[in-house]
Amino acid sequence: MIILKIIAIIILAPVIGGLLTGMDRVISARMQGRFGPPLLQPFYDVFKLLQKESIEVNMMHRFYVYISLIFVIFTTVIMLLGGDILLAIFVLTLGSIFFVLGGYASNSPYSLVGSERELLQMMAYEPMVLLVSVGLYYVDKSFYITQIISSKMPAIIYLPGVFAGLLFILTFKLRKSPFDLSMSHHGHQEIVKGITTEYSGKDLAVIEITHWYETVIAFVLVYIFFATASNFSHFIAIGVCGVVYLLEIIIDNAFARVKWQMALKSAWIVTGILAAVNLIVLSFIK
Amino acid sequence: MNLVAILMLFPLIASGVIFLVRNDYARNVIVRISACITGILSLVVVYVNFKQGLALSFKYEHIIDYCIMAASILIAVYVIYTGMKNKKYFAVVFAAVQTPLMIWFELTYKHGIEIHNDIIFDKLSAIMVLIVGLIGSLICLYAVGYMKWYHIHHDEYKERKSFFFAVLFLFISAMTGLVLSNSLTFMYFCWEVTSLSSFLLIGYTKTEEAKNNAFRALTINLGGGLAFAVAVVMIGINFKTLELSTLINMKPELMVLIPVFLLAIAALTKSAQLPFSSWLLGAMVAPTPSSALLHSATMVKAGVYLIIRLAPLLGTTSVGRIITLIGSVTFLVTSLFAISQSDAKKILAYSTIANLGLIVTCASTGTQESLWAAILLMIFHSVSKSLLFLSVGSTEHQIGSRNVEDMDILMNVSRRLSLYMIIGIAGMFLAPFGMLISKWVAMKAFIDSDNILTVMILAYGSAATLFYWTKWMGKLISNANRKEKIEHSFHIDEEFPIFIQAALTVVSCFAFPLISKYALVPFLSGVFGQATIPIDTSDVKIMLIMLSMLIILPISFSPIYKKDKRRIVPIYMAGENAGDNENFHGAMGVTRKVELRNWYIDNYFGNNKFYFWSNIIAVAILCVGAALMIWGGII
Repeated sequence: MIILKIIAIIILAPVIGGLLTGMDRVISARMQGRFGPPLLQPFYDVFKLLQKESIEVNMMHRFYVYISLIFVIFTTVIMLLGGDILLAIFVLTLGSIFFVLGGYASNSPYSLVGSERELLQMMAYEPMVLLVSVGLYYVDKSFYITQIISSKMPAIIYLPGVFAGLLFILTFKLRKSPFDLSMSHHGHQEIVKGITTEYSGKDLAVIEITHWYETVIAFVLVYIFFATASNFSHFIAIGVCGVVYLLEIIIDNAFARVKWQMALKSAWIVTGILAAVNLIVLSFIK
Repeated sequence: MNLVAILMLFPLIASGVIFLVRNDYARNVIVRISACITGILSLVVVYVNFKQGLALSFKYEHIIDYCIMAASILIAVYVIYTGMKNKKYFAVVFAAVQTPLMIWFELTYKHGIEIHNDIIFDKLSAIMVLIVGLIGSLICLYAVGYMKWYHIHHDEYKERKSFFFAVLFLFISAMTGLVLSNSLTFMYFCWEVTSLSSFLLIGYTKTEEAKNNAFRALTINLGGGLAFAVAVVMIGINFKTLELSTLINMKPELMVLIPVFLLAIAALTKSAQLPFSSWLLGAMVAPTPSSALLHSATMVKAGVYLIIRLAPLLGTTSVGRIITLIGSVTFLVTSLFAISQSDAKKILAYSTIANLGLIVTCASTGTQESLWAAILLMIFHSVSKSLLFLSVGSTEHQIGSRNVEDMDILMNVSRRLSLYMIIGIAGMFLAPFGMLISKWVAMKAFIDSDNILTVMILAYGSAATLFYWTKWMGKLISNANRKEKIEHSFHIDEEFPIFIQAALTVVSCFAFPLISKYALVPFLSGVFGQATIPIDTSDVKIMLIMLSMLIILPISFSPIYKKDKRRIVPIYMAGENAGDNENFHGAMGVTRKVELRNWYIDNYFGNNKFYFWSNIIAVAILCVGAALMIWGGII
């Protein structure tokens, strides 16, 4: 049974992630007054990439994106099976680090700048991600997602500040403007395509699929804040995920990319204020 | 004679013999054999005494007391003499105050105090003995190969290898004594010997810089020693006891808390916490094996060991709060500082201070979970850190630099050496490895004890940690393809100890559930009445699966590689790649070399102002904390 579940997660998560990405592209296009690609365009892209010739700059650098994918899948499975959220975050970090190392391994100027920026972004959002899991633990006395989402009250009631902080850093996680410094979806960035510059064909498809999984992980984090023991709350949680996604797309289209100084400072200050105030208040009322 | 006594005395005797032997070949053999015996001896002692533990008192206590007294006087005279000669008067003053104080105390009050157990061997001592004995002896083993090449590369320094090896063994002996002693006077003596040994090692090259840094280390540690001495005298006079095990069972009232505070100050100086951290950064002028010894197996671990022992009196008491604050501030500040460093040894030094800060924070939080994390952090830190120091030492011999920026060619020079270094770095911060497991539990422990500030600091500090380790790792794997081939020779006498430590790093991660079950949980049950492993078994299983994945995955990819031959193209440089991936066509048709550099963000984290203010904050915390403690105690 559990094996079937795991297989279902591994297959369905990227489908959902891909559909979300497709929706993103359609909505973005409409916002910009374009008609936009079909909903399934991300899948067409990936299938096409898989058929293309994969060229590389050295023998080693593709190894890192494969490992990155494996650990991101691992994270998705832990989270969707209701496992330990802090552990899941650690595994996700491991996956992200392998992705960064992939940029280093190609030893190319554009990839390296992309890697450095990605690393900086990780440093910017990591405190908030850790504090999200700490906050959830503080409320429900458990790191297990199954237990967090089966409590009577949704976590958002106790953790509005932490949730707002999560929304802020979600822009990093989803690689949206203004925080898409390391690798934008758009090829006209000043560092070409950042970490992915030297990847092509199958490897690029793998990176795209990894991103689909990561999108699902990001929304699981949002979902946990709203789901409770009652069945109805799960619909609310899904609805909120939709609203959050729409919000992120609007932000993506409305803001210009910021410099790294701004990205780091703003993320750390927002984390410091929102999470600290929320947790301190919580320590008094509990 | 007892095995434990042999364990303490053997390195001391070895040290004396090595000092006297002047023949290079004979000495190397003796050092190697002594190192092996020390390692095996510590294993045997732990094996024999692990289950029951051990508590003994010295048989000829008076004779030993007088020997120790004589040795202390000799040390004091030596310190005062060299201090006067080099015009370092602070060290002179510290030595001239504390030694007479202790001798006066020994001759007057101490006679009325009976010590039941001079030596106590419990689970924590067992762990410490293994750290000191195994890691210490591996470092000595490595030093034999290292020093040979050190003097070939640096012929400007006078060769004093006998002296160097002798001090290494003296250090191990003192450290073993320190972790085994229950009598505070004996512990104080060992404490002072470790300060002296570090002074001698840091000053090895006898350059002006080495001398200054050695005296800085000595002065700061003697300052800590003075605090230790005052604490011992206060405890002795007020409570008529000199046993650590009695002290930690006392009620936390003001007359107890003041000496505990002084002991904690001594521990902070030894563990190089802010505001006392400058000596450890200066210590890197010494040859690498001595840095490895200072950072991993001995010296800095003495401080955190003492804090772990004192944990029952810390926790929610005022002293505990102060020390927690100091530890967490140190962790955050030095983690941020490490980002701005490119010298590998400096990065390691800052990371040591940061990790010790974390251990101090965990230990002084004083709950069962946080102590679990503190001890585990100490174990993993020792193994990974000494592995990293030794590999940096060998790297310096191979590529002639210890700058991280130059390590992009290491993969081409010695694949194995860079692999060992990658294992060491992974051990310091990456997911299924030991340090992270401990950090995880630390986080849980802090939130369970409502330490919001500490949790926040841990989150930020971990993010900074991730940044500076990953960019170092990135340099190692970046596989720079230089045309010139560097001749290298990674000798077996350097590689063997490094290999063992790399293996230990991985094995200790697999073994942590066992360490927890057989050593940590019984020890913590002794302190708290009952204890459990703070991580669920299902999570432990997932961690172990991940660790296996990290080992298996790289191997499992190789068949794919063999089949799949792909076209290799030049690196993209906006069409201006000169064709060899090393140069590009710049403006005006000039061919330029490509230089890729990491980010150091040093206008944020690297300036002296930042460091200065962090030290001021640390001093303020200590002063305000001490004032509040006394004020609160009187009311």
